[in-house]
Amino acid sequence: MSHQLPSHQLPEHPDWLWRTPDPKRSYDVIIVGAGGHGLATAYYLARNHGITNVAVLERGWLAGGNMARNTTIIRSNYLCEESAALYEHALKLWEVLPQELDYDFLFSQRGVLNLAHTLQDVREGTRRVNANRLGGVDAEWLDPDQVREFCPIVNTSPDVRYPVLGATLQPRAGIAKHDHVAWALARRADAYGVDLIQGCEVTGFLREGDRVTGVRTNRGPISAGRVALAAAGHSSVLADLVGLRLPIQSHPLQALVSELLEPVHPTVVMSNHVHVYVSQAHKGELVMGAGVDSYNGYGQRGSFHLIEHQMAAALELFPIFARAHVLRTWGGIVDVTPDASPIIGPTPIENLYLNCGWGTGGFKATPSSGWVYAHTIATGEPHPLAEPFALERFTTGALIDEHGAAAVAH
Amino acid sequence: MLLIACPWCGEREELEFHYGGQAHVPYPADPEGLSDGEWAEYLFVRDNPKGPFAERWSHAAGCRRWFNLIRHTVTHEILAVQSNRPVAAGQPKPVLP
Repeated sequence: MSHQLPSHQLPEHPDWLWRTPDPKRSYDVIIVGAGGHGLATAYYLARNHGITNVAVLERGWLAGGNMARNTTIIRSNYLCEESAALYEHALKLWEVLPQELDYDFLFSQRGVLNLAHTLQDVREGTRRVNANRLGGVDAEWLDPDQVREFCPIVNTSPDVRYPVLGATLQPRAGIAKHDHVAWALARRADAYGVDLIQGCEVTGFLREGDRVTGVRTNRGPISAGRVALAAAGHSSVLADLVGLRLPIQSHPLQALVSELLEPVHPTVVMSNHVHVYVSQAHKGELVMGAGVDSYNGYGQRGSFHLIEHQMAAALELFPIFARAHVLRTWGGIVDVTPDASPIIGPTPIENLYLNCGWGTGGFKATPSSGWVYAHTIATGEPHPLAEPFALERFTTGALIDEHGAAAVAH
Repeated sequence: MLLIACPWCGEREELEFHYGGQAHVPYPADPEGLSDGEWAEYLFVRDNPKGPFAERWSHAAGCRRWFNLIRHTVTHEILAVQSNRPVAAGQPKPVLP
């Protein structure tokens, strides 16, 4: 379990990893949003389907949205079969991607503990462990002594307000260096001929009847055979431009890092009940997050009382961090669906595809999201893993309720 | 942290309040007559604007009464605090600034 890597092992700054082309007038596929999911989609469109006449349009800069604002946790211990299958597919891809992309993004399978603090937590956790094991996802149940053995800095004393009664452990879970994931995908997509166009905001859609034929941008209209949205947080703003209403609410989600510390935190620890999650980045910062702000917002900052709450929880769980200083906090905008599961697939508008609603947990799904979305765009038919996540589920009622396993209150 | 002016208690910190989502979403006037798509729209689809948004809040740790306000979802500026009366089905909604 090596989680201390000297910084000289980090790859070069990515100025030369991709071209910065001007947009062409027409593409086979336009992907809106050059975050992790958009880049992974472009990569797999080229790699799996041979579709390389593709542009990825980004309003800001590449991977500067939620890809730069998440807490980099990767796991697949979801409850429902549909979600576990989708996230486990992602985890298997994470395990091969560094070699496949020939780029070390510091994927570290240090495991994740999901702590239980109440009898109900224990029941939920053991049920999820059983469900995971039946579904081929690695999972174990640890009692408090085993928790202390696996992560010695967790306070397992029974004399706290919410004592640790046990935890689920997914040993194959972990973290990765998020920027480098994006750069690795961008470099390979670019090498296939995909145009990555930054500073290019979509301001509207070109339509012929019920069919989308391209997009309007601040750099002129661009026509496309298919248009695929991958703009986490702002999906409903984009969809509004084409008259499509989505079951999405956008909320600010914030995270913070501490100053650099010696390596002391060997795994990822999450707690739904006292509500904090903590891991230690390769460089040494503690990376922490909690739940979303309750209200809708696009301001990319959150409320301070949430930070106070998560810090209190973190200190009860990890008394060792009592003197650690907060280095910085930041917020991202997450698009939240009523069942805490993503929406992937075609829309009622021909040639327009949708990938959104990952809520607070899109990073871990990056490769799988790209894989199934690329399939859906290339073939016009939903990938089998994505089929249950279609927009129609809100009409049929076949919801995939993952509020419990989503682990972050939203 | 928002500073919210409860119509009855005055300005209080956000953490005294509970968020209720979009305001002025009336229960369907003819529930029996709704299609599955219309039910889905009523149950799951709400406005999600980047700009002024009419929403409900409850002063949960204070007077516990519900009211509406209009807040800008980027700047968080509270543009208006409205009465607690929801708009009935068929009645015009308040005009957003």
